[in-house]
Amino acid sequence: MSEEPEPRYLIAGESALVVEFGQSIDPAIHDQVLALDAALAAANLEGVLETVPTYRSIMIHFDPRRLTTEALIEQVKRLESAPAIQRPKPQRWRIPVCYDPPLAEDLTEVATKLDLAPERVIALHVRALYRVYMYGFSPGFTFLGGLPGELGISRRTAPRPPAPAGSLMIAGGQALITSFAMPTGWYVIGRTPVRVFDLRRERPFLANIGDEIMFERIDAASFEALSRAAEAGDLVARTEG
Amino acid sequence: MGLRVLRAGPGATIQDGGRRSFLRYGVTPAGPMDWTAFRTANLALDNDNDAASVEISVGGLEVVCEDEPVPLAFCGGAFLWTHESRTLPAAARILLRPGERLAARAGASGAWTYLAVEGGFDTPLVMGSRATHVRSHMGGIEGRMLREGDDLPVASGTLAAKREVEARIETPWLEEPISQESVRVVLGPQDDYFSQDMVARFFASVFTLTASVDRMAYRFEGPDIEHRRGFNIVSDGIALGAIQIAGDKQPLVLMADRQPTGGYPKIGHVIQADIGRLAQMRPGASCRFVQVEVGEARDALFALEAEIARTLENLRPLRRELTGEMLSDVNLIDGVVSAFEA
Repeated sequence: MSEEPEPRYLIAGESALVVEFGQSIDPAIHDQVLALDAALAAANLEGVLETVPTYRSIMIHFDPRRLTTEALIEQVKRLESAPAIQRPKPQRWRIPVCYDPPLAEDLTEVATKLDLAPERVIALHVRALYRVYMYGFSPGFTFLGGLPGELGISRRTAPRPPAPAGSLMIAGGQALITSFAMPTGWYVIGRTPVRVFDLRRERPFLANIGDEIMFERIDAASFEALSRAAEAGDLVARTEG
Repeated sequence: MGLRVLRAGPGATIQDGGRRSFLRYGVTPAGPMDWTAFRTANLALDNDNDAASVEISVGGLEVVCEDEPVPLAFCGGAFLWTHESRTLPAAARILLRPGERLAARAGASGAWTYLAVEGGFDTPLVMGSRATHVRSHMGGIEGRMLREGDDLPVASGTLAAKREVEARIETPWLEEPISQESVRVVLGPQDDYFSQDMVARFFASVFTLTASVDRMAYRFEGPDIEHRRGFNIVSDGIALGAIQIAGDKQPLVLMADRQPTGGYPKIGHVIQADIGRLAQMRPGASCRFVQVEVGEARDALFALEAEIARTLENLRPLRRELTGEMLSDVNLIDGVVSAFEA
């Protein structure tokens, strides 16, 4: 870790601290975030309530009655200088996706804007290996890095109408799996029957931050069958490794 | 045992201390907008700090007691409370008997008030919390705002057996010697997105609360606070009270229903001791943001919590309040007298 720049310790009120490792979306920076997250979990510091890992920083929420910002910074520095704690081994998820219309509502629009054939857009999207960088927007909204550069389309200037939960979206060089229908500035290019958030499960959220995701193309008939299975409570997604 | 909703204005929800441990999965914490009033109402009943209560907006609420007497307490902005035909102070503890009605409507000031019951409302736990988050349809009653006909189950308690349930709650912490119009702020984490001149302008200016006010965020209006190098950041965590300045160059204070992550620079955070006061502002009200250090924020929080912890010592007879302040209103005399006979 010695060649990496020192993290920045940024105050977010009297009960939260941001430890920032960089300014960009980068797997190496995210690895540092995940390593500190693992170290904090292992250290179980008095007063730390929960942590929120994001692309390039981690927010530590703490109880100011039991821990001060100043003391927390010292503790984190100690963790950072200790022998590197490895980020937990990621799981790799295989998630079925249907790219057929009408589930891929914006596929044609994306293909036109990027000057690619729709099949090429699908091929690029389905072949990539993604990493879960963070959750945001709503419970289970899964933000993925790893989208091929050719699919780097800018966000819409005005939001499109809500698309159903399970939509696969792209914009701004990122990919997203949704868990709620809401208006969005992103483009819908497919849909998965997998519920990335399901309160009926013991673990309501499918993936941990840092997990890897691969997509598998399915047809409309499989989508219907798997949707019924998911409705009945099946996970429908598989892990490997 | 429980209460039934006879009328609910928009914005009445069940809230507890908030949904914790799932922020990293994008789960909004929710919880009360004004934790000080919320906690006071609970402590007046000797409840846990975070027992589930009804948060009431300026839209008001009316409930009726169902089959068993329910000891309850309320505290918040200067709402107008009526128990059957008698008027009550804005913070009080009473026993609501079967068939009796209790109503809250907005008064001269304040945006939120809290109705707590002894033992708390016993709605289902969702991911460890009863807090309602309407946007993700989670918690409370079916993940939505309360409406006419809702039954609010109450865990049974012991206060009902005592004779002296009725009390007025003094809230001296509301009158602490800090100007109502000044909201204390700790700088960071993205104050370096603004020049020193802009940070100085932020703390020197008066900002007015716009009509864009909900449980998620309060939007203020004032002089433009310009960014030094753009306003898009790579998304990071968002804490309660974060003051986000996006492309419109105006402060947006993120409140109970904030998303736990987001992508705009945050110049600072409203300190926890001032969150309740800020939450109680109404559109059109103005404030200044005053810079403090993180240690001062902690000290202010501890001092305020110590005051609130004395809630049970701050109970005063309700009767004195009635004779002192309300008998001048002739229309209320009948109601007051019948209350005395109880």
